[in-house]
Amino acid sequence: MAVVSCEIVSANESIFTGSVKMLVVTGSAGELGIMPGHAALLSDLKPGPVRIVKEDDSEEVYYLSGGYVEVQPNSIAVLADTAIRADSIDEASAAEAVKDAESAVGNKGGDIEYSKAASMLAEATAQLRTVRALKKKLGK
Amino acid sequence: MAVGKEVKTKIASISSTQKITSAMEMVAASKMRKAQDQMSLGKPYSRHIRKVVGHIAKASSEYKHHYLTSREVNRVGYILISTDRGLCGGLNINLFKSALKEIKSFSDQDIEADICVIGNKGAAFFSSVGGNVVAAVKDIGEQPAIEDLIGGIKVMLKAYDDNEIDQLFLVSNEFVNTMTQSPRVEQLLPLEPSDEEGLSYHWDYIYEPDAKDLLDGLLKRYIESQVYQAVVENKACEQAARMIAMKNATDNAGELIDELQLLYNKARQAAITQELSEIVGGASAV
Repeated sequence: MAVVSCEIVSANESIFTGSVKMLVVTGSAGELGIMPGHAALLSDLKPGPVRIVKEDDSEEVYYLSGGYVEVQPNSIAVLADTAIRADSIDEASAAEAVKDAESAVGNKGGDIEYSKAASMLAEATAQLRTVRALKKKLGK
Repeated sequence: MAVGKEVKTKIASISSTQKITSAMEMVAASKMRKAQDQMSLGKPYSRHIRKVVGHIAKASSEYKHHYLTSREVNRVGYILISTDRGLCGGLNINLFKSALKEIKSFSDQDIEADICVIGNKGAAFFSSVGGNVVAAVKDIGEQPAIEDLIGGIKVMLKAYDDNEIDQLFLVSNEFVNTMTQSPRVEQLLPLEPSDEEGLSYHWDYIYEPDAKDLLDGLLKRYIESQVYQAVVENKACEQAARMIAMKNATDNAGELIDELQLLYNKARQAAITQELSEIVGGASAV
């Protein structure tokens, strides 16, 4: 059966490199199963598990907190995020940087705390899903 | 022996300084190794995202992102990466000099510059020299995290989005090897199309969800990853420069101690000779 080379990398480590038969990721528009010969595709990823079926039919599951997947006819690259991302958090840290520039110290608003909590909740749920997927895999 | 005592105290003080500098040298050496490791761990990501962005620039998409198209330059932005601490030789000063030269060449053409500084030293430098600092990221620590940098980068990207700046540069040190670090100025925006092996036929990605949102996010990640990689590299440069600076300081202290020891011995010899001749003189007088 055909294989395709796949690399999963994050900003501070290389998570997986090798040939795979299939890659299953959680795209923002739903789950995506990518097999060799897939058309060129670019999609963003939601927090969730990534499942790889390797050449010898063994499977591996990783957890990603988001990122991007790029599919080229003969290679797949998964660019994983390391940080929790939400627009309002970005906005807050931008505001902080400006404040730092003015050398002033201020308090963050309650809004930011809420959105941070919400994105952490989403992440925790996704981690739970990964754990379940792993459990299922081990159980069979 | 008054002279002897003075010199002795000086030697003691210098040798305790020497102990400190040689300890700092060793600490910097081990930290440099760690920073280099971190630098190599981040390489695959920045290489891949560079490749992906290169592909995007090549793809015949109906949607052209404004990060990929150049426009007339009225104002420029700089992201300048410095260290948190000093005692690392001329690392920061060389970097600031090359940044100031760049900024001056733009201001000669009546183009103003906005600066985002990363690291305490940069913030301190530009607050004394003057310069339009719009954002600052301080205390990046030993293990810089991408979360800490996002704020500063976002300020600059927003300025680019709002047409406040028309070009964005990254100024940081390049780790050539342990002995050499050189300042580097790199253009971040607009992206220059890569000259990678060309895919000559007409093709485009399937974008999910849609091209605009996706490219917005991805190109932002690209800029962030470039800045992050530069920060990590600058960290390695800092430790290497500190190691060399401290090694020089230790060597210099050693030389100084040798000289002072010689001086001390001479003074002692002179005092003994004088005492002897006094005794001999006294005896012959009697």
